[in-house]
Amino acid sequence: MLYAILCYHDEDFVGSWSKEQDAAVMKKLAVVQDRLAKQGRLGPVARLLPTTAATTLRKEEPPLVLDGPYAETKEQLLGFYLVDCKNLDEALEVARDLGAANPGGAYEIRPVGVFAPGSMAT
Amino acid sequence: MTDSAWIDAALTSARPQAVGALLRYFRDLDTAEEAYQNACLRALKSWPQNGPPRDPAAWLIMVGRNVGIDEVRRSRKQEALPDDDQAISDLGDAEDALAERLDGSHYRDDILRLLFICCHPDLPATQQIALALRIVSGLSVKQIARAFLVSEAAMEQRITRAKARVADANVPFETPGAAERSERLASVAAMIYLIFNEGYSASGDTAEIRSPLCEEAIRLARLLLRLFQSEPEIMGLTALLLLQHARAAARFDAAGAVILLEDQDRGLWNQKEIAEGLALIDKAMRHRRTGPYQVQAAISALHARAEKPEDTDWIQIELLYGALEIMQPSPVVTLNRAVAVSKVRGPKAALEMIEPLAPRLQNYFHFYGVRGAFLMQLGRNEEARTAFDRAIALANTTAEAAHIRMHLDRLIRDSQCAGKDHAATTR
Repeated sequence: MLYAILCYHDEDFVGSWSKEQDAAVMKKLAVVQDRLAKQGRLGPVARLLPTTAATTLRKEEPPLVLDGPYAETKEQLLGFYLVDCKNLDEALEVARDLGAANPGGAYEIRPVGVFAPGSMAT
Repeated sequence: MTDSAWIDAALTSARPQAVGALLRYFRDLDTAEEAYQNACLRALKSWPQNGPPRDPAAWLIMVGRNVGIDEVRRSRKQEALPDDDQAISDLGDAEDALAERLDGSHYRDDILRLLFICCHPDLPATQQIALALRIVSGLSVKQIARAFLVSEAAMEQRITRAKARVADANVPFETPGAAERSERLASVAAMIYLIFNEGYSASGDTAEIRSPLCEEAIRLARLLLRLFQSEPEIMGLTALLLLQHARAAARFDAAGAVILLEDQDRGLWNQKEIAEGLALIDKAMRHRRTGPYQVQAAISALHARAEKPEDTDWIQIELLYGALEIMQPSPVVTLNRAVAVSKVRGPKAALEMIEPLAPRLQNYFHFYGVRGAFLMQLGRNEEARTAFDRAIALANTTAEAAHIRMHLDRLIRDSQCAGKDHAATTR
């Protein structure tokens, strides 16, 4: 079974780490990740850019584009995609196509800051 | 992370919201700050023992408010402040209730007000910046004094004076209307840009000391954007700061001399900051409500997107400076446009463009640097030398002077020259 582990934290708090603090945390995480990678169990890992860079597409008819991250709490996170896009417009186009295939709910579109493809055999 | 590092980070990130709420409650900056300090002292005792609260800002506001009320009662022996200050026995429950209220209406305006009182128009720019760094960011007077390269005593005095002036200003505490809010937003954005430039205009020998100002400005810009998520100019401001700051590691050589944009090692540019800046410009553009920060960010983005200097889209940059000239007419903007013109149409056209600016920019370092560079490209070396001499006399930092001297050396070395441009924008 594949498990997704989703990371939540207070962005203000993480954002106020000094460069050294941030690097120290990343170093500790890398130890855990390396172990998993060597066992061939680690899939893609991504660190997302801040929520200020996020855009949300509400899958209504017509779809509604909102600035900022997805903020409702009455819907739940059900899945995610990683798509290579030139810019936000292209990403929104993909989200619109997906939304047309599966209306209702919303997509949060967030640029990825750091990406590692992982070591898992597919 | 150790306990104390964790607590420091939590206190820093909670500060604007907590001090903002306490200011609304006590309506006095000193009282609010003192209440916050006291709450921090209690946090340092309580958090390592009892574990971190779920919402540090709510905890600090709650505790700060109670401590503040006690202080006010003790010192003035008068009636309590108006409001719902019933005794709070169970901090946990109260924290829940307060956290819920914070999510609501006041949160945004509290922080905006706190930022806004720092940009009172009577305060000179340096005092605005110092006050914001002290009150909103919570930097110590010592840290701020170091960044401004002045003594701690001088900075203490500057901040005290600024606070006194702000106290007399009577910033209203009611929830602002839409027009007032957007005015406040514009002033605050300008102040954040000032903080950034204060750090960014440092020379090589002081860049490291002053770079925390840039980082703090970026933190504040992100904070503001999180509060006002649909403001394209705040997206533009944040993008501009990120894109400029992305070049920080490449701007000076080991000796502290300026390295021009076209000579920088682009491998040293911070790709993460560039990615975030570009993403924000993408978002801003969708609003089709352009403004000066967005245009400047777009110019920065064109530089960031060029893998090699030759790839720079100077035609687009000239157009953008043209747009900026219309929004914010200024000889400095025209000077920057002239640099783009020199790339697109050559130094002769660019020189003709800047000649009329001379009377207004006669004390401006970059004017003579740019003028000298154009003249040098045209082979008018004697005039170029005069312009460079004038630039050196007007240089603000030793790095600027050293850079111009490099041009002069080149002139002396080979009278026939194919030198490099120098421009205010290409730093």
